Amino acid sequence: MAAGVATWLPFARAAAVGWLPLAKKTMPKPPVDKKSRNDEILFVNVSGLRFQTWKNTLDRYPDTLLGSSEKEFFYNEDTQEYFFDRDPEMFRHILNFYRTGKLHYPRQECIQAFDEELAFYGIVPDIIGDCCMEEYRDRKKENQERLAEDTEAEMATDTPLPPHSTPRERLWRAFENPHTSTMALVFYYVTGFFIAVSVIANVVETVPCRPPKGSKKDLPCGEKYSLAFFCMDTACVLIFTFEYLMRLFAAPSRCKFMRSVMSVIDVVAIMPYYIGLVMPENEDVSGAFVTLRVFRVFRIFKFSRHSQGLRILGYTLKSCASELGFLLFSLTMAIIIFATVMFYAEKGTKGTNFTSIPASFWYTIVTMTTLGWNASRDQKQETESGPKAFIIRELHIPPSASISKRKDFFPDVSSPTAVELVFLERYGDMVPNTIAGKIFGSICSLSGVLVIALPVPVIVSNFSRIYHQNQRADKMRAQQKVRLARIRLAKKGTTNAFLQYKEEGGFQDRGSDSALCLKNRSSFEHQHHHLLHCLEKTTNHEFTDELTFSEMCMTESVGYRTSRSTSISSQQGVSTSCCPRRAKRRAIRLANSTVSVSRGSVQELDTLQVHKTSAGPQSRSSLNARTEDLKLNCDDRDFTAAIISIPTPPANTPDESLPPSPAIPGILRNSRCSSFTHETVKISSL
Amino acid sequence: MGAVVGTLTMQTRQRRPSRDKVDDDLELSMVCHRPEGLEQLESQTNFSKKELQVLYRGFKNECPSGVVNEDTFKQIYSQFFPHGDASTYAHYLFNAFDSSHNGSIKFEDFVTALSILLRGTTTEKLQWTFNLYDINRDGYINKEEMTDIVKAIYDMMGRFTYPALKTDTPKQHVDAFFQKMDKNRDGVVTLDEFILSCQEDENIMRSLQLFENVI
Repeated sequence: MAAGVATWLPFARAAAVGWLPLAKKTMPKPPVDKKSRNDEILFVNVSGLRFQTWKNTLDRYPDTLLGSSEKEFFYNEDTQEYFFDRDPEMFRHILNFYRTGKLHYPRQECIQAFDEELAFYGIVPDIIGDCCMEEYRDRKKENQERLAEDTEAEMATDTPLPPHSTPRERLWRAFENPHTSTMALVFYYVTGFFIAVSVIANVVETVPCRPPKGSKKDLPCGEKYSLAFFCMDTACVLIFTFEYLMRLFAAPSRCKFMRSVMSVIDVVAIMPYYIGLVMPENEDVSGAFVTLRVFRVFRIFKFSRHSQGLRILGYTLKSCASELGFLLFSLTMAIIIFATVMFYAEKGTKGTNFTSIPASFWYTIVTMTTLGWNASRDQKQETESGPKAFIIRELHIPPSASISKRKDFFPDVSSPTAVELVFLERYGDMVPNTIAGKIFGSICSLSGVLVIALPVPVIVSNFSRIYHQNQRADKMRAQQKVRLARIRLAKKGTTNAFLQYKEEGGFQDRGSDSALCLKNRSSFEHQHHHLLHCLEKTTNHEFTDELTFSEMCMTESVGYRTSRSTSISSQQGVSTSCCPRRAKRRAIRLANSTVSVSRGSVQELDTLQVHKTSAGPQSRSSLNARTEDLKLNCDDRDFTAAIISIPTPPANTPDESLPPSPAIPGILRNSRCSSFTHETVKISSL
Repeated sequence: MGAVVGTLTMQTRQRRPSRDKVDDDLELSMVCHRPEGLEQLESQTNFSKKELQVLYRGFKNECPSGVVNEDTFKQIYSQFFPHGDASTYAHYLFNAFDSSHNGSIKFEDFVTALSILLRGTTTEKLQWTFNLYDINRDGYINKEEMTDIVKAIYDMMGRFTYPALKTDTPKQHVDAFFQKMDKNRDGVVTLDEFILSCQEDENIMRSLQLFENVI
């Protein structure tokens, strides 16, 4: 039951008066309230700190320690108070939960201590209020990750192998933790060495070596010593392939292994070699082949198995992927805007470099990232000329002309304008010529400074905030799901509790002996079940669970007819569905099975058996005899169906109490037989 | 450029639809209601001081503002009937409790109704029930009103009942009710007919005493 609902139960029960004139059957008797109804103040002593609260406050949550009878275990007769040897600071929050219905998480407390207190008092952490939920979940996740890391670290280092492990398991372990055996360590270092060798070979083979005799051109070492390099490459690839196959063999879950990042890197590292072997020496495809050789550089990533730092870097990038993506997107937007503006500003100019918007992209990127300085500096050094201002505009130099050519073309400048100087010195090849273009170009370059330097912290903090807000939305959604699931579970719980209560024969008045029969239910549950029972009587229908209902529907549609030939069926007359008996039997079988699961007491079975009268199942041979008795007696008492064609006796059977069931079944049988002749059995609505 | 983008994103974040809801909640909590004095209520109702204290403490805890609005009422009532949908019946109940018809139940309304239902005479109880059934408060219960009420009650049973609910079950129920209650067969049930018919029925009389000791 949800928060504070216990206080409204009296109101709900009072409102049941509205059903009474409509009721088809008599209402059941209300549960006897043994306890005194007066509210009293309870004293709770938690390690010396004394709390006082109304009893009703604690009764609001009957499924917690303080709300149920479990607290009686902690009652101290001498001091007339409940004593708990727990943290008094935490108890304040627990008690506030009862008072306000919201559980708050104190931020300065340790999450584990808090969880333990909640577990002790029987409170589910899911009902933490919205205000503190996020903090709680964050701390909990952090703690769990920390614990997971600790256990992982524990497991990873030097724990002895479990005995009787297959060679495959041992091999996998050797791969994952090279420190376990010397062989593994040797293999680990050998692979590391070969990765390094492979990478260095890739690098060195492009260095120009002294040309062989009889040639003037410099040759890259790769072509000079091609055989040597090829052999080295082959050796490396063989080792990597061998390693990969061994890992694949040893992996406990091959599919998972093949999907992992490291295995993909391994594959990418060795594939180019094989593809190169397979591919014919064709001029057309050799271009593609050369591209493939680029992938050999990915072998460097294989080092991440050997280096923890590299793995952390990769993980960091992965976790920041969304922010980086957004940053890139906004930069792209800016680039496109400025490129478009510059293009249209420079469109009119003849011989301009801004031939198209994509062509302007380069200008924008170079300008915004302030690389223009470096680019122009290199070019200037190449041309070996001092800072000269080239007035390109007047001379209509074609854009494709190289710098050196331009140098030949025009003379030294006389008084270039300052702006043009700035432009030419910033980037050598693309220059805006129109005034509008220059203006926008200036804006672009100034904004480049802003883009890169100033708002980086602002953007970072913005992204961090947006990121956390998105996470909060996800967390809220997750919490919402949990809450809905909990509500559904609680509903189901109440439903099941009520159904089970019915099936356990809870609607008879019991004497003191049979008080042991049923589970100890709180008075709240008694009253609530009584309320639901009143509703059943009003409408003359019963609550069932989904299973029974769907079975009923199924059998109805099939049109199953029971083969029972007892007089009951004939007396029942027309029933809208002939399957109810079968459904009843099934329901009873269900009920019986649940009862037998929960309790093995024969008393239970007796009361249950007596209760299910008109359709006694044959599921228990030992009780068959009793069923016969009941059937006979039922025949006499079974009236024809009421106005509404439900095969139940009408409301005329008065409420009667059964004799209390004694402990020994034999005696029960006899007493029952005799009692039936003069007492009407309170037949349930089955 | 980056600054522009940053400010743009900040703007979109600030437009929160929940702001309106927060304002609404703020307004509702401003409406605070204090009940009349304890002695006055004690004289007006059939409850003792202690009982009123208990009732008020529970009421105030659930509704600190001192009034219950219809949604809260429906929510509270629905929690007792997890099988089906109790909102329609709760709506009728709300109207019956809300004697001043202003959309909210104050503690006085609450306690007055409870006093009638739990401690009143049978005539008072039947009168209250008649009021509940008479949805449009015209003094007559006609078949439509009764059908609505009965449907609402059957809704509370939910889908999974044994035996399965048929579509004409409520109608048959209503017909049975009218057959019993409508003495002069004029299609409507008046208060007197209702009280008379109920007094004739022993079961109803007996069951009216059922909830005496609820508080």
